[in-house]
Amino acid sequence: MKFRIERFNPDTDAKPYFKEYDVDLKPADRMLLDALVRIKMMDDTLSLRRSCREGICGSDAMNINGKNGLACITKIVDLKEPVVLRALPGLPIIRDLIVDMTHFFAQYHSIKPYLINDEPPPERERLQSPHERAELDGLYECILCACCSTSCPSFWWNPDKFVGPAGLLNAYRFIADSRDQAANARLDDLKDPYRLFRCHSIMNCVDVCPKGLNPTSAIGKIKDMMVRRAV
Amino acid sequence: MALPVRKFDAVIVGAGGAGLRASYELSKAGLKVAALSKVFPTRSHTVAAQGGVGAALGNMGEDSWHWHMYDTVKGSDWLGDQDAIEFMCRMAPEVVIELEHFGMPFDRNDNGTIYQRPFGGHTANFGEKPVQRSSCAADRTGHAMLHALYQRNVHTKTQFFVEWMALDIIRDAEGRVLGVTALEMETGDIVIFQGKATLFATGGGGRIFASSTNAFINMGDGVGMTARAGIPLEDMEFWQFHPTGVAGAGVLITEGVRGEGGYLLNKNGERFMERYAPTMKDLASRDVVSRAMATEIKEGRGCGPHGDYILLKLDHLGADVINKRLPGIRESAIKFANIDPVKEPIPVVPTCHYQMGGIPTNYHGEVVVPKGGNPSSVVPGFYAAGECGCASIHGANRLGTNSLTDLLVMGKSSALSMLDYIKAEGPKHRDLPKDAGDFSLSRVAALDGKKGGANVDKTRGEIQRTMQAHCGVFRFPDMLVQGVDKIKALADSVANLEIGDKSKVFNTARIEALELQNLYETARATMISAEARKETRGAHDRADFHQRDDNNWLKHTLWYKEGDKLEYKAVNLKPLTVETIPPKARVY
Amino acid sequence: MVSAYKKQAVGASYGLSDWLMQRLTAVVLALYTPVIVACLLMHRPGTFHEWQGMFSSQLLRLATVLFFGALIWHAWIGIRDIVMDYLKPASVRMTALFLIGFFLIACFAWSVAILWGR
Repeated sequence: MKFRIERFNPDTDAKPYFKEYDVDLKPADRMLLDALVRIKMMDDTLSLRRSCREGICGSDAMNINGKNGLACITKIVDLKEPVVLRALPGLPIIRDLIVDMTHFFAQYHSIKPYLINDEPPPERERLQSPHERAELDGLYECILCACCSTSCPSFWWNPDKFVGPAGLLNAYRFIADSRDQAANARLDDLKDPYRLFRCHSIMNCVDVCPKGLNPTSAIGKIKDMMVRRAV
Repeated sequence: MALPVRKFDAVIVGAGGAGLRASYELSKAGLKVAALSKVFPTRSHTVAAQGGVGAALGNMGEDSWHWHMYDTVKGSDWLGDQDAIEFMCRMAPEVVIELEHFGMPFDRNDNGTIYQRPFGGHTANFGEKPVQRSSCAADRTGHAMLHALYQRNVHTKTQFFVEWMALDIIRDAEGRVLGVTALEMETGDIVIFQGKATLFATGGGGRIFASSTNAFINMGDGVGMTARAGIPLEDMEFWQFHPTGVAGAGVLITEGVRGEGGYLLNKNGERFMERYAPTMKDLASRDVVSRAMATEIKEGRGCGPHGDYILLKLDHLGADVINKRLPGIRESAIKFANIDPVKEPIPVVPTCHYQMGGIPTNYHGEVVVPKGGNPSSVVPGFYAAGECGCASIHGANRLGTNSLTDLLVMGKSSALSMLDYIKAEGPKHRDLPKDAGDFSLSRVAALDGKKGGANVDKTRGEIQRTMQAHCGVFRFPDMLVQGVDKIKALADSVANLEIGDKSKVFNTARIEALELQNLYETARATMISAEARKETRGAHDRADFHQRDDNNWLKHTLWYKEGDKLEYKAVNLKPLTVETIPPKARVY
Repeated sequence: MVSAYKKQAVGASYGLSDWLMQRLTAVVLALYTPVIVACLLMHRPGTFHEWQGMFSSQLLRLATVLFFGALIWHAWIGIRDIVMDYLKPASVRMTALFLIGFFLIACFAWSVAILWGR
């Protein structure tokens, strides 16, 4: 099977280039990550992140034939040859398929990604009805792989000021939590022209999310709440 | 060459569940904490835990920590230390409630309390009948937990060193642990992290087996570093084979599937667990179920064209229950087995899952070694928690859901011990030995300079295949003896690894080689300890000694890297407050 | 890695109000369109005088000026969004915004002049 992989080593390369690989796959190689592991056996200078190999840790996000996804849950049989692999777009490349995720995580941290509740905690659990808990479905499952934010043109242009789909999905995860008391402050924090309102509903995020989540819908719900609060 | 030194109150190696629980506790107390991790914290393998966290909350009916303790002791096949087990089971409800307060999105009952599901080996009233004790967030409990813990650390402003790999432990002349050397992957720089106290929360080394539910990162790093530092490893022969890994892929299918009502079938469509465990059936302990499955396959009742797997049936639960309680399982089965479990059963095989043994500690998280007649003398400044530690709570077989309970309880407990120790140490750091970084530097230099050495992938594959063939679910005396020889024969290759990539920036080939040296110690400890234990107990099943032998073997193994020396220490059968749970036959 | 987020000064809280105004002005545009189409179909103005005649209705004039106001406001928000995305240096962005703003205000003034002029 043929691959074209974007390579870059800052010590030796002035700019990224593509390297071709032709690899004999074994019957057990089902996912793209299996193929990458095999390529790395041929050429150990190829660098990539990977860990759980089952789509839950979010390490091996990359641009696969033009679309962001996780290598470990992308089936080889579904891929057109040559398979073109690049680092996630819009973030600085550290080396090969490894990008610098500083901006991505800084935006995640900026939404105060933790439950805020200043009441002294009760002795037992805080009660939450199954219905209230269901509000968090489709939100808490985010694995911070950055497929969404790095497919978002608004995030490409303003990674330092636009929170991006992943961060906003997580912001809504806390706004929607019946146990969180900081919804107002969280909404205030997002009402400037950049942090939330750079979202122009392009919906690339929804298209690429490997967990099938919908950041655009979460962003829409945040706007809804802002409007309802304003009127 | 003198390495740069960074000084902290506490150095935590590993930022999975145990590391994050500890770093939260320490940074909340205002200490200067460095948490090192090979991967971004939420990518640690705690994220893959599915079924739940065990704690006797009693939300679904009567439950008590004492019953939980009984189940854990019985699950451990009486090799667990009963003081540590009592401690964990007593603390469990508290740490789970704390987690809820941290914002973890647990599933809920109609009355708003945390939902708990049945799980393997969880019983009411000392083994009488199944009980619902596993608190969960669908089948993504580990993911929800790890993210909640990370989020708490964002709040307390823990200082993370992401994509740093610890290389070696630094000890002074008295044996005190003063920190670690670590390599920054992005730059290739090596730095000394000095701490008044050092915690290892490095997870397990399940990658020693060819077929494993574990992530690529689970290379036994902490265990390897500890062995190199002259500290023994405890009970390394005990590895849990999870009954339900997706056949061929190794991806985990939670026991929660059976908790929610799924069951196992052989090729005749027989629900065979009824024969092996009349009371608990498919919810017997994992070692029991895995052994039963392996027996069915061995005796020709496996499914599929090669008769090499078992079927896990859950379609009778209905699409609603599967989508609500087991959505991640459905996703995994569709992706990795091409099976929609709403319609068809999933092909599964027992797959290596969890390391019961590890760095010997007490239930305070302090690392303990035999010294001057005291079998449990504390190594000052050194702590271990989570899968890499061995308190020993899990003994010869871990109860499902107790891994998450362990990492919460031991993560917190070791942090509290460290707080006291750091306070007693005072404001000043001790002097580092002059040669503190030399050993690590020489290891890395050897890798970079080696020509004509052993191939990393081949050597790792050799280790994994040897462990799988010689030290799997069933262990045969001759195979074990051969296995010891084979593993010993690989020492040379491991000491002479060659990498093609000599660059500095994000050299993952170098990282893999360094990891392999840790994996090797893990494998070697396992094979040698397993060959020596002449009995069958928990996950260690010997064909030539088919019974548990409490007269000779109710004791912990301690393996030393130097000379492959084995020592043994007594199991602590005395709990903290309650009566001893005396060994008896283990029937489910 | 957990570094404190450096808050960027990006100006007030007009993100929400602008987003709302963009939608509100869109509603005005959407409402005006069928009205003017109906008027055009009824009057079928050909010459300048026929056009003048059609706009002699004070009501239509008000509606039309409202339309132009909405159109220009709508355009301002849209163009400013694009400028914010693509023009990074503050001085260039400010100059562009100033020129565009001036142009749009001029357009509006011109529309008023046309409607009420002789």
